[in-house]
Amino acid sequence: MEPDESGEAKPTLTRRGALVGIGAVGAIAAVDVGGFAYAGGWLRPDALTPSRFADRFEYVAGRHDGFRRNHAKGLSATGTFVSTGAAAAICRAAVFQPGRVPLIGRFSLGGGLPDQPDKPDTVRGLGLLLDANGQQWRTAMINIPVFTDSTPQGFYERLLASKPLPDTGKADPQKLAAFLASHPETAAAMKIIRQSPPSAGFADSTFRGLNAFYFTNSAGASVPVRWSAVPVDAPAAAAVPSGPGKDYLFEDLIRAVAQRPLNWRLVITVGEPGDPTNDATKPWPESRRTVEAGTITISAVQTEEAGNARDINFDPLVLPDGITASDDPLPAARSAVYARSFTRRATEPKSPSEVNVGRVLK
Amino acid sequence: MTENTTTPTRFALPSRILHWLMAPMVIAQLFIGITMVAALSYYPLLLAIHRPLGILILIFAVIRLVNRLTHKLPPFLATMSRTERCIASWSEYLLYALLLVQPLVGWAMLSAARFPIAMGGPFHLPGIAPHNLDLYGVLRECHTVFAYLLFLAFTAHVLAVLFHTLVLRDRLLDRMAVWPIKAATPQQDETQI
Repeated sequence: MEPDESGEAKPTLTRRGALVGIGAVGAIAAVDVGGFAYAGGWLRPDALTPSRFADRFEYVAGRHDGFRRNHAKGLSATGTFVSTGAAAAICRAAVFQPGRVPLIGRFSLGGGLPDQPDKPDTVRGLGLLLDANGQQWRTAMINIPVFTDSTPQGFYERLLASKPLPDTGKADPQKLAAFLASHPETAAAMKIIRQSPPSAGFADSTFRGLNAFYFTNSAGASVPVRWSAVPVDAPAAAAVPSGPGKDYLFEDLIRAVAQRPLNWRLVITVGEPGDPTNDATKPWPESRRTVEAGTITISAVQTEEAGNARDINFDPLVLPDGITASDDPLPAARSAVYARSFTRRATEPKSPSEVNVGRVLK
Repeated sequence: MTENTTTPTRFALPSRILHWLMAPMVIAQLFIGITMVAALSYYPLLLAIHRPLGILILIFAVIRLVNRLTHKLPPFLATMSRTERCIASWSEYLLYALLLVQPLVGWAMLSAARFPIAMGGPFHLPGIAPHNLDLYGVLRECHTVFAYLLFLAFTAHVLAVLFHTLVLRDRLLDRMAVWPIKAATPQQDETQI
């Protein structure tokens, strides 16, 4: 290539000028690449990131391709939510207008083992996706009265402290004691949890959202709320004990739904000034006003497979207009970690769920 | 500034305005994206910005593509070799492609995961892909790969322009300037015209 220079405005290159220029370009490159690496967490090995959270679940329970990192064992469900309209006064979300919306649900057991044996004291979960004309509301509730941790860091540390030892199947008592000594909020929460023993099965469990959110009505007024799903004349699951089978909780649920739809009342508890919205380990006073928002009906359950609840991330921050997050640090962390878990399992090979409806009902 | 030939010495004014409107959006989006995937408490806030900003970038990318196809480019400078011109042209095509594809992949990926494409308040966009976990997985991985590619292409672009401007002092940046520049025009390679 022959540069045809006309002689005017030829750039004057000096060694010094070039070195200064190279220095400036290098500095900008360092800020650009360094800033990117810092933001991405690579230069902060101690930062608690969603990946490290998901890694810890894998460390505690092993890695099980295609399954959720927590609440790995589960059963898909479908049904409806019929709103009474009573909550519309405090929340403008379309789901609370009088009427019926379809829902997808998932019953689950806490922990990262997709084939763990059902035990009465394992945390039971109910995830819901309510869809009111495209305004989705997702919530993942569990059957304990308060949450065990008030912060993501506490949760992360507790996972390690309560990792079952291979020989006993239980947590190292010393590690757990040391954790509880440094986390009095978890010790207090576990005391409350022990005072309300779990029900016989899924069908008669009360599932609670635990984290506080804000409801905003059409006038723009906001109130702090917590919500729960309270069973309505649940079948007496214990009357027909199915024995201590590995999947007995899920099998009882499958048989109960085969008999008739199961119902839960969606109860909204309205907080008052001073009620903690940022700490799910603390219960609100029993005297708080409640609103009967409507009835959750589970009319069918399905083996987890492509296209049903297996493929839904019950991200607690997928909220309709009218519901917003509070200052509780857990939902944000749950949202971030669920997304990481969802992405990991989406890209892994899938295997069949331990809980199989066809096998139970044949 | 005196223009004594009909050959443009700079990019057309709409191109220059679009370039500098989009640059901060893309830089912000790259940093929001990389921060977001490593964040716990700020994840929802960053995600709430990331989605509508991605759609805004998509809109601008389409406008820019139309603008690019309807405007003549200024010639390369004499300080650029044939190989460098080739790299510059192809990296420009790569940037255009990524700025169009990356928001679409993000949109499709949320659609495949059945997430609402929330733009703020009650306003949502429709889904553009079927609900499918495997499809989500593929699109999600593409989103990461394209993000790194975009970051690399952006970094190479910025550093190349700065190398010309600060080391070779050939006033390459003046071609994209929306600020006043000195009268003497950058040296063009007239053999290319």
